[in-house]
Amino acid sequence: MAFGPFLLLALMEGLVTAAVLALAASGLSLVFGVMRVVNVAHGEFYMLGAVLAWVVTTMIPGPPALAFVAALLIAPLIVATLAALADGLILKRLAYDPEATIVATIGLLYMIQQAALSLYGPNANPVRAPFEWRIQLPWFGYSGYKLFVVLAALAVLLALWLFMTRTKAGLIMRATQVDRTTACAFGINVDRVYMSTFALGAGLAALAGVLVVPIQQAHYLMGGDPLLLSFIVVIIGGLGSLRGTLIAALVIGLSDGVISMFFTPTLAKILATLLVAMVLVFRPQGLFGAKA
Amino acid sequence: MALEVKGLTAGYGPVTVLHGVDFSASPGRITCLMGRNGVGKSTFLKCLMGLIPVSAGAITLDGTALQSLPAHEVPRHGLAYVPQGRRLFGPLTVAENLAVGGLVRGNDRATLNHVLTLFPRLRERLAQTAQTLSGGEQQMLAIARALCLQPKVLLLDEPTEGLQPSMITLIQEAILSLKGQGVAVVLVEQRVDAVLKLADRVAFMVAGRVEETREIKGMAADDLAFRTYVGV
Repeated sequence: MAFGPFLLLALMEGLVTAAVLALAASGLSLVFGVMRVVNVAHGEFYMLGAVLAWVVTTMIPGPPALAFVAALLIAPLIVATLAALADGLILKRLAYDPEATIVATIGLLYMIQQAALSLYGPNANPVRAPFEWRIQLPWFGYSGYKLFVVLAALAVLLALWLFMTRTKAGLIMRATQVDRTTACAFGINVDRVYMSTFALGAGLAALAGVLVVPIQQAHYLMGGDPLLLSFIVVIIGGLGSLRGTLIAALVIGLSDGVISMFFTPTLAKILATLLVAMVLVFRPQGLFGAKA
Repeated sequence: MALEVKGLTAGYGPVTVLHGVDFSASPGRITCLMGRNGVGKSTFLKCLMGLIPVSAGAITLDGTALQSLPAHEVPRHGLAYVPQGRRLFGPLTVAENLAVGGLVRGNDRATLNHVLTLFPRLRERLAQTAQTLSGGEQQMLAIARALCLQPKVLLLDEPTEGLQPSMITLIQEAILSLKGQGVAVVLVEQRVDAVLKLADRVAFMVAGRVEETREIKGMAADDLAFRTYVGV
């Protein structure tokens, strides 16, 4: 294959990575932005989404599309509910102290991971894509499902942006993000906002996990990579900045696709880490984050 | 009587700042709180809003006990707060700041129009973010945001601090207008001329308690109380 089509393929693969990453990282960014909680267990919510997608699609008979749509709805809802419970039982009791919640979410990470190992097992299981058609380009064929992942992620991110900027609930979240004490003085139930935010962040990670599982398979250790990449994206974009998260996800996703294809995936990770180090040295608040 | 406070004791963790404060505020009257720095004026207002837990005493608003309510429930009973330093939601627009103010009352258009009539300059800035406003405009917005709550009692913590004279006049006129509308205003103010111009009553705080309360009628700038409790 000539260089041009090869590059096109690399960019398309990168776009899929960017889309999934943008979804997962926007959840992490949202939770940090509103709650000032660095959620180390975020990758496990992603893993739970994928594992629950396998459970749901296995339980629902009939056409794969039907089972997959059910998984798209049910898995994020279950994960969001679990996250809301974790917020009430763990984070709220720590008064959302930034240091204490890091330690607590590390504990949560291992609890979720080991629960998945015990209940789901150590095997990686595939989930059938909802449809099998391929797009035939002049140089190569490409999975239609992967393009669906990109479009679905874009639609969800657009919905998230509209939710944050156009709805009353989004306004309440943004006000709480700026100043929780003043928000409280205007009748905003900050505890409820935090619970909803943590649930929404986890739901977004789970949704990314569901979307990715027909490409990657569900495994109880699959949360590590997305957590690392989400942190890279959020640090580069600026913690709490949704716009920064999306742009950084695009940069990291596309560069990961291109560098992995032309060189090695390891080099892609090394360069991403180097970029994070440079951002931390020269612009610690991230490219689009506000100065502390 | 709109607001009644009896024996209020509160503080930060193990440090008690308020030692049994007795205080009241009536509809259509402006009650000023004066005292030297650190006597607990701002802490008292935060305490009324439920932002600092009460360890003893009672706060009632039209007969409803407020001291044990969670902080987010307090504004629903008609208490609104303009904090020192304004504490606006800076990255949010003026319209969004006002919308947060009106959340508990359902953001009705009539209230918003009324507030914007009081501060017409804000009408021109609705789409602008709060952090880009001038100091005076920010103070107007802080008061307007509180008014969107349609308060029975408005708590103002040094609203004219650091403003230029023309802005101070505008803010003072707005406060007097609120008094005319029957709102009970509690104003923390350090400047004697402002107190003499605005207040109906003045409560002097010393070391976490109200030491003396006086009607402003008959008081002058050189009154002994100002010198004793404020040091001017």
